[in-house]
Amino acid sequence: MSEAIAPNNPMTRFITDDEDCWVLEKYQQHGGYDGLKKAVTQNSNDVLEQFKASGLRGRGGAGFPTGLKWSFVPMGDDSPTPKYMIVNADEMEPGAFKDRWLLEKTPHQIIEGLIIGGFTLNATVGYIFIRGDYYLAIERIEKALKECYDSGLLGKNILGSGFDFDILLHTSAGRYICGEETALINSLEGKRANPRAKPPFPQVAGLWGKPTIVNNVETFCNLPHIVNFGVDWYKALGKFKDAGSKIFGVSGRVKNPGLWELPMGTPIREILEQHAGGMLDGYKLKGFLPGGGSTDFLTEAHLDTPMDYDEVGKQRSRMGTGTIIVLDDKYCPVSMVLNLVKFFAQESCGWCTPCREGLPWGVELLQKIESGNGQMSDIEQLEALTRFAAPGNTYCALAPGAVEPLQSALNYYRDDFIAHIEQGCCPFNEGCHHD
Amino acid sequence: MQQIVAKPGQQQLIPTNEVVELSDSEKQQIDEALHHVPFASGASIDALKIVQAHRGWVSDAALNALSEHMGLSTADLDSVATFYNLIFRQPVGKVVLHPCDGISCDLMGGKKIRRCISKNLGITDAQTTEDNQFTLIPLPCLGACDKAPVMIADKLLFELIDENKVPEILNQLRGNS
Repeated sequence: MSEAIAPNNPMTRFITDDEDCWVLEKYQQHGGYDGLKKAVTQNSNDVLEQFKASGLRGRGGAGFPTGLKWSFVPMGDDSPTPKYMIVNADEMEPGAFKDRWLLEKTPHQIIEGLIIGGFTLNATVGYIFIRGDYYLAIERIEKALKECYDSGLLGKNILGSGFDFDILLHTSAGRYICGEETALINSLEGKRANPRAKPPFPQVAGLWGKPTIVNNVETFCNLPHIVNFGVDWYKALGKFKDAGSKIFGVSGRVKNPGLWELPMGTPIREILEQHAGGMLDGYKLKGFLPGGGSTDFLTEAHLDTPMDYDEVGKQRSRMGTGTIIVLDDKYCPVSMVLNLVKFFAQESCGWCTPCREGLPWGVELLQKIESGNGQMSDIEQLEALTRFAAPGNTYCALAPGAVEPLQSALNYYRDDFIAHIEQGCCPFNEGCHHD
Repeated sequence: MQQIVAKPGQQQLIPTNEVVELSDSEKQQIDEALHHVPFASGASIDALKIVQAHRGWVSDAALNALSEHMGLSTADLDSVATFYNLIFRQPVGKVVLHPCDGISCDLMGGKKIRRCISKNLGITDAQTTEDNQFTLIPLPCLGACDKAPVMIADKLLFELIDENKVPEILNQLRGNS
């Protein structure tokens, strides 16, 4: 093995100052494809058991245990074929920018994870479903795939193991809903990206009705290292209950916005104050969305919460994508929520009513309040909307996600909503004029 | 068969009988995409993107030609074409500007940048400049939030844009096209 010591930054150790750190040669210099080499010498079921035991949870936002998800795929000689393995690289969550980094800097890591995934579940075809606007990432994935075919890492009889696997790149035509796994599958089938009713789950009947796994870019990036360095090492990486490391990010008015690979369970305070360098001079922290645009606001009182799926959940928010959006004291919370709900209203696929009709209604009410024309009953209407769009009333998680920042803003920043209504203008704009 | 002709930045209003044929290059690329899917419908998004790459946008006439080539109904193809943000069913300028209107950009002054671009070009969202150079279509979160505000145009990502940089960026894009 070219790297004997197990690292504490398994996913980002490949990212160096070299402009071409993403090419195959450089990736292999840092231990790239060692995980695949180990995996193909093992029984595929044993590899699956390692993923189950590792405690890896889906990094796209939902945090579903990856090994468990994969164990629902029907296996055995009489099970349906072909099986499909799909990387969800359609990153479009407001405030999420981690997948782009991994795609541009470590395309081979994603491909290695995908090949290992394919091997684990006897899949024959893999897809990388990538956002159409990620031009540099697309270019690098294309080149990386070619490098793999040229060196026997893809195609027939990979590394002499007898395992055949092909990867196709699909560049999306752009819609946030394509990130929902069943909508993504519809989109790959060349349809409108409306989510499907579940069950059947994609693991049983997905792309073209065949067993299909869809996981996030970062989830696939974890797989080579679990195989390479072992389950115990992986579990010990986490600081709290959840295993492994995670790409965390911060955007907003902080001194040093960016991305860092840190242990799961790193306290939010450490991420915001040490890594992001705290607030820009002249600005105070008012609150933050811990995991992208579809997560509930948290405030200063929650800074000591570990970034761990269940712990953030206990604070009535979600760790989501792990990319934190910071709200400062000079930015209007109503305007921030309006931006988010407008985004979700625009990106709604229109399939079910609470989302198609409810979200534009929310935009209208928020616009009314933000422009100084709101009344107190609008707040009640917005609260009612958060209940109508709650989980269980919709096909997918888009509308429930859309009302998460709204419901928590109504809770934590209620005074700001009321001030807009009482003053008849947005108090965050001097003299009530927008900047 | 009724078809529609439109000028940049205009709604499609005038029915015509314009008929177009797909070029050999388009057909070849579409057939390549068809090769990878068990059903022709599976290649519809790829095919629409191919047609758009050749023609700048997807006209009714091009949609009909595509329908004939792939053996899919125009209604099915149109339902797909109208769903996605990056398929244009109206003519666009030589360069489509996609400033980000996601929250992370707006927190860092994204709204000001979009207004500045608008003012500079004399167009609002979804409009095309008189000289057919630019179309302005803001897109949600472009995934470069630590470098906000950002814009994508001509396959390039512009980061940390401030108002002073806008004219320079627009000039660069005029030169590229």
